[in-house]
Amino acid sequence: MTDLPDHMSPTRSFQGLILALHHYWADKGCAVLQPYDMEVGAGTFHPATTLRALGPKPWKAAYVQPSRRPSDGRYGENPNRLQHYYQYQVILKPNPSNLQELYLGSLEAIGLDPLLHDVRFVEDDWESPTLGAWGLGWECWCDGMEVSQFTYFQQVCGIEVSPVAGELTYGLERLAMYVQGVDNVYDLNFNGREGDEKISYGDVFLQAEQEYSRHNFEFANTDMLHQHFIDAEKECQALLAAGAPGNHANQALHKCVFPAYDQCIKASHVFNLLDARGVISVTERQSYILRVRTLAKACGEAFLLTDAGGANFGKDAA
Amino acid sequence: MPDLLLELRSEEIPARMQRKAAGDLKKLVTDALVEAGLTYEGAREYWTPRRLTLDIRGLVARSADQREEIKGPSTKAPEQAVAGFLRKAGLSSASEATVVSDPKKGDFYVAVISRPGRAAESIIADVMPGIIRNFPWPKPMRWGAASMPKGTSFGGIEGQGSESLRWVRPLQSIVCVFGPEHDETQVIPFEIDGLTAGNVTYGHRFHAPVAITVRRFDDYVSSLDKAKVMLDADRRKDMILHDARDLAFANGLDLVEDEGLLEEVSGLVEWPHVLIGEFEPEYLEIPAEIIRLTIKTNQKCFVTRPQGAQEGLSNRFILISNIEAKDGGKEIIHGNGKVVRARLSDAKHFWTRDQGNLPDLETLQDAAQRFGLDLAKPLDQRMAKLDALNVTFHAKLGSQGKRVSRIRALAAKLAPLVGADAALVDRAAVLAKADLRTEAVGEFPELQGQMGRRYALLQGEDASVAAAVEEHWKPQGPTDIVPTDRVSLTVALADKLDTLVGFWAIDEKPTGSKDPYALRRAALGVVRILLERRVRLNLLDVFAQAMPDRQAAPVVSSSDEEGQVAQALSDNSYINETFPVVSVEPQIAADLLAFFHDRLKVYLRDLGARHDIIDAVLTSEADDLLMVARRAEALTAFITSEDGRNLLAGTKRAVQLLAAEEKKGTVVADGVSDELLRLDAEKTLWAAITAASREASAAIGKEDFRSAMEALSKLRAPVDRFFEDVLVNDEDVVIRANRLALLKAIREATGTVADFSRIVS
Repeated sequence: MTDLPDHMSPTRSFQGLILALHHYWADKGCAVLQPYDMEVGAGTFHPATTLRALGPKPWKAAYVQPSRRPSDGRYGENPNRLQHYYQYQVILKPNPSNLQELYLGSLEAIGLDPLLHDVRFVEDDWESPTLGAWGLGWECWCDGMEVSQFTYFQQVCGIEVSPVAGELTYGLERLAMYVQGVDNVYDLNFNGREGDEKISYGDVFLQAEQEYSRHNFEFANTDMLHQHFIDAEKECQALLAAGAPGNHANQALHKCVFPAYDQCIKASHVFNLLDARGVISVTERQSYILRVRTLAKACGEAFLLTDAGGANFGKDAA
Repeated sequence: MPDLLLELRSEEIPARMQRKAAGDLKKLVTDALVEAGLTYEGAREYWTPRRLTLDIRGLVARSADQREEIKGPSTKAPEQAVAGFLRKAGLSSASEATVVSDPKKGDFYVAVISRPGRAAESIIADVMPGIIRNFPWPKPMRWGAASMPKGTSFGGIEGQGSESLRWVRPLQSIVCVFGPEHDETQVIPFEIDGLTAGNVTYGHRFHAPVAITVRRFDDYVSSLDKAKVMLDADRRKDMILHDARDLAFANGLDLVEDEGLLEEVSGLVEWPHVLIGEFEPEYLEIPAEIIRLTIKTNQKCFVTRPQGAQEGLSNRFILISNIEAKDGGKEIIHGNGKVVRARLSDAKHFWTRDQGNLPDLETLQDAAQRFGLDLAKPLDQRMAKLDALNVTFHAKLGSQGKRVSRIRALAAKLAPLVGADAALVDRAAVLAKADLRTEAVGEFPELQGQMGRRYALLQGEDASVAAAVEEHWKPQGPTDIVPTDRVSLTVALADKLDTLVGFWAIDEKPTGSKDPYALRRAALGVVRILLERRVRLNLLDVFAQAMPDRQAAPVVSSSDEEGQVAQALSDNSYINETFPVVSVEPQIAADLLAFFHDRLKVYLRDLGARHDIIDAVLTSEADDLLMVARRAEALTAFITSEDGRNLLAGTKRAVQLLAAEEKKGTVVADGVSDELLRLDAEKTLWAAITAASREASAAIGKEDFRSAMEALSKLRAPVDRFFEDVLVNDEDVVIRANRLALLKAIREATGTVADFSRIVS
């Protein structure tokens, strides 16, 4: 990567950082995917992670996922909190035995020298109550700052995984702020150019953050959202029922999991919006989470009955 | 004799688990070796974030040969008995057993089983896989290709499915070398899930990525040291502490020491390097506790204060890195400084926000009215918000708001009993839990109370009210401080009693080692307040007044009888919506009182009181714990005096004699009749009992147990004389009955103070 022009350097531009990670993980055999085209709270929700983590089939993917956390909106006034930000997500299944080394290699690829910076693996068990998922791993620290989350999935959609996948999640803005030496996220150099040609993170996102904060906290129509939640929940269940395997031998597979899972993601995001609008009480909150988890579990179980979920895994040879 | 070196190298083990895991490894391995017949001279465990190491010295090379004789039945015994014996001894036919003759018993079978000793290597190879597989990690995990389903494989590794090896994080390598101290050692190559024990390990992740071959513990430690791994955690701790102190000192500062943090940090590094960073002095306006917790909890760094200062902090902090950086640590200091600054900026943000207005104050009017809150004040707003949000305290005990209502009502009843100002108590009770809604406490729950007090003072609350907001949580256990302020005491009692009565009412009592709501601690807190601050309280009355509002969750019960009780409770609760006066079911109250008695006994015993004395004064309905303690105190003083000891002996003699006669069915007169008293000794005793009883009762009426004991002590001489001069079992039945009544009078007189029969002298 040394022959890159300055403006493409991961330490000079936000997009350069993304390109460097793409380059690195593509070289390690990952399918470099594009973001999922729906609103999600984290890269883990992308079906390339949630669903592909299930079943016996090996899988390797890397992608950027725009992530939305409505209640983290700060009207563009907080230097490091955003209601929309980017996660860089890598999933390797089963996890290779040198996953830590691969991860450290990626840090070097974006310009972090581990003999200059103090890189540490600090205990942090990961759990997503809405996805019925948990795993063990660490927060990865660079000079005291959490730059990634490193997780060995143990359970996803309430299902014990086999094999275990390793998941790496980089907080791109935070990492970029670190390598660019910037204190305010909106000052990040997005395209690596200077002067008139420079496009900053603020140029791209500041107005959007302000507008979405208003939307998330003040304007979003909660009656409509309530209805959306109910609709998404119903549709998810209906699609799972419609695609369910029949009794005949040639109908052994589930025929409609990805579309059903989309509805589960939708319900989850609508719930986050309702939560940000402050219309969900403490007890209701638990029951919403449980409802989304129930959908996620049903999708996960259905996925195991599909080809990608490994329903026919190992049968080809026989 | 040979030594054994064992190292289990893994990805980073959580700091809080390392010390115990290393200890477990030592115990499991040494126990297994001893069990298999091997002895050793010494064993010591070590750990770093990436390895557990065990150094066993002076292990015997072979276990001893073992010879065991199993005695069997007579040679003439039935076939079945012989077959059973053969099975037990593991023999295939009677011809393999030895026949032994005994002059008395005749001939019988003996099986001689000899087990030759085994080489230590083979024992070690046998026991290790099981120990690793079943290692007691609190939360183990599976990983990698071995976690593929059974019957599949990946990269040449067979899937083991859910049976694949579990470890705290992926296990990377195993070192197992065995051999004499000064000679060649050998690898014991046991295998587990595709991992074979060898003699290769690795040093520091970044400083020394090259493989290290080890022979024995000594070269292992020195090779690791060269490879920038300090194996001994206590040495790492020591070094961190001294370097941190020195570095602080060199900068004109004192390190604020923190043993817990030191332990954790030493478990995050293999090669500690201490550095000093700083943040802008303006952040020092944030309370020191928030700064310390922010820096400690989120960044694992130490804070410092100006040299010699007792409180307050400086704007420099000490950080411990895991590398000796090429630039001397400049980048690391810079990076950590940035993170600390961002964290403090957040902290400052919530510290100021907690002092400002909440949005949507108009939605808090109802709550404000309910608690008499002044919505112009920040902490009042938080309390109103806590109520308005309906935050659950416990599903069956309703919301935090309901809980505060109950505490408030109970505190109002307790205030005159404790001697506290009613208005101040009310205000303190209303604000006691308000800080649960502050952002500072949301971030650092351990600051609850402490933050409330600060915010209370900032909005101009009375000092007693502010103190109570913090101190009503106290005492948190046997060594915590008991508050002195009467307002604090009142709210502390109301809070704890409300919790105890509530959880008793919904039958969520502690069982065995399980006490999730810390109810034992709450009860001990009540005991300590009552006794150490001399508060008299009739607990049974309090229980009756502290019954929670069961409307929050209708009690569903299978039995009709209980269903009716539940129904009655919810009916009654209509009388007063926020604080129904409902009497606690008597058996619940009695059970809770017994729980208090247990706490009281533990507490008094810890202070050195004799358990028999506590038993003698503690009746099952005694609900004024201070009086129980005073009685025990007075009784202790009394029975260690000479009069006391003698009276005790006399009383016991009287009680035993009387009990024996009562058992036989001998007639005992209902009362003592003056006319039937014949001898002087009888007459004197009766007069003395009458006088002493009167005096003792009067003294007890005034809770003056010492005087009561003194009054009783006057019985000593007459009782002694009575037993010397008088024969109780007179031939005349009437006289005898009267004398027995006299004995009963002794029992009753002393019984006003304590049950003397329970005292073991």
